[in-house]
Amino acid sequence: MLLIHCPYCEEDRSELEFRWAGEAHIARPDNIAAISDEEFAEYFFLRNNEKGLTYERWRHIHGCGRFFNAARDTVSDKFLMTYKAGLPKQPIPAETKAEAIAEEKTVETWEQMEGDAR
Amino acid sequence: MRRYSVFAIAREAMRAHKGWDQQWTSPEPRSSYDVIIVGAGGHGLGAAYYLAKEHGITNIAVIEKGWLGGGNTGRNTTIIRSNYLYEESMDIYEHSLKLWEGLSQDLNYNTMYSPRGVMMLSHNIHDQQSFKRHINANRLYGIDNEWLSPEQAKDFVPVLDISKTARYPINGAALQRRGGTARHDAVAWGYARAAADRGVHIIQNCEVTGIRRGPAGEVQGVETSKGFIGAKKIGVSAAGHSSVVMEMAGVRVPLHSNPLQALVSEPLKPIFPCVVMSNTVHAYISQSDKGELVIGAGTDQYNSYSQTGGLQIITHTLDAICELFPIFRRVKMMRQWGGITDNTPDRSPIQGVTPVPGLFVNCGWGTGGFKATPGSANLFAHLIARGEPHRLAAGLNLDRFRTGRLIDEAAAAAVAH
Repeated sequence: MLLIHCPYCEEDRSELEFRWAGEAHIARPDNIAAISDEEFAEYFFLRNNEKGLTYERWRHIHGCGRFFNAARDTVSDKFLMTYKAGLPKQPIPAETKAEAIAEEKTVETWEQMEGDAR
Repeated sequence: MRRYSVFAIAREAMRAHKGWDQQWTSPEPRSSYDVIIVGAGGHGLGAAYYLAKEHGITNIAVIEKGWLGGGNTGRNTTIIRSNYLYEESMDIYEHSLKLWEGLSQDLNYNTMYSPRGVMMLSHNIHDQQSFKRHINANRLYGIDNEWLSPEQAKDFVPVLDISKTARYPINGAALQRRGGTARHDAVAWGYARAAADRGVHIIQNCEVTGIRRGPAGEVQGVETSKGFIGAKKIGVSAAGHSSVVMEMAGVRVPLHSNPLQALVSEPLKPIFPCVVMSNTVHAYISQSDKGELVIGAGTDQYNSYSQTGGLQIITHTLDAICELFPIFRRVKMMRQWGGITDNTPDRSPIQGVTPVPGLFVNCGWGTGGFKATPGSANLFAHLIARGEPHRLAAGLNLDRFRTGRLIDEAAAAAVAH
């Protein structure tokens, strides 16, 4: 189970409180009725599905209920940062990125963190 | 290749089993091939086998990043069934089931296909209506599937709790008697042995890092960790990594890669005669020939390539198993693992041509690819050899996301595949 930082509540909470909400920074075309079938398929179905750094939306559904964005490594599942919805795509600080690559094999879990606290 | 038979076993028993051949060789790659298949799982190896057997193409390499059968082929719960709702799905899964029935003889390899029955539990009126619709659709299409009362279900699976006070009461079940299980490793090994025997090169520990394309956009070969290997045609059958491989050719496919977990218990005496699935409470369970209970959990909600998954997912499934089968409450679980499933928006697979000439794709089997192994491989071979899809797989094309002809099994069929 992942440990996720909600940028609105400013707290690290367990994944059980959150709902994954797909790739971030996808804008619905303004002229949705006018675009071609290819463009619609691209907007509606095609996603990056990156191996490595990904930008995605999460919703703190059993908390504040709000959507926010996250940068996560899909190999280690480690969250590199979370930030509020509406902000542009945030660059990853170099040291966070280096740390994430070094830790690519380890998975940070809620159970581990709770274990440390005890 | 020396055939396996009862006489071979007797012969080898007389000489301390020193005469068995290697099942397949590990050759160094040639500079080019007619066909390269990326991914040596059941689907990829099977496609190579059927290309060689049915289409006369033997200059083939199957390239694998890890070891053969080490991805989802070795990580699933080996359930085989064909009781899907839509014709496109029934076509391919029933084609597959028919091939399963003769696969051991065809490959001269015991795949341990066991038609022990797949039972899907109904817990409420919605389940009942949905399953009866499936049963009617299947029977009209010539696929066996039948409705059981709770008592008949208990006769079939004596350890099932059908009491009225159960946490998840059971008001009936759908049973496909021809469904069942097979031995996952044997499928990969059997295809590998039979394909290698026909001249197919299986190249393991060789990662594809790029797809080289010519001036007209056509494929020319693959860049790998063992250097460039040329090919006239490339078939991508890379399961959870299909997006990554297709991206190398500049093709985006509508896939999400999610972890899916499974686990097995300590070995028990034979107690569980078939496969039982419950989509509503999300549990599926069978007993392997070694005696382990094989239990499948759900997918994690987020995209990941980690081959792990959250503990809450398997806890949820085990909660349901303990309620349905109280006798298993004190059974210890022995191993747990995750595979990376490639899920499409309509939860139906993609098999077809791509915008890149010479590049073919077979992906999106999601949480249910094992059962499709022979059928998918057989039709993928047809696609690669002819350059156009077989009638039975025509609806699974990549273009359906543009045309809107989706095969919406997600709403109609099981959560568990």
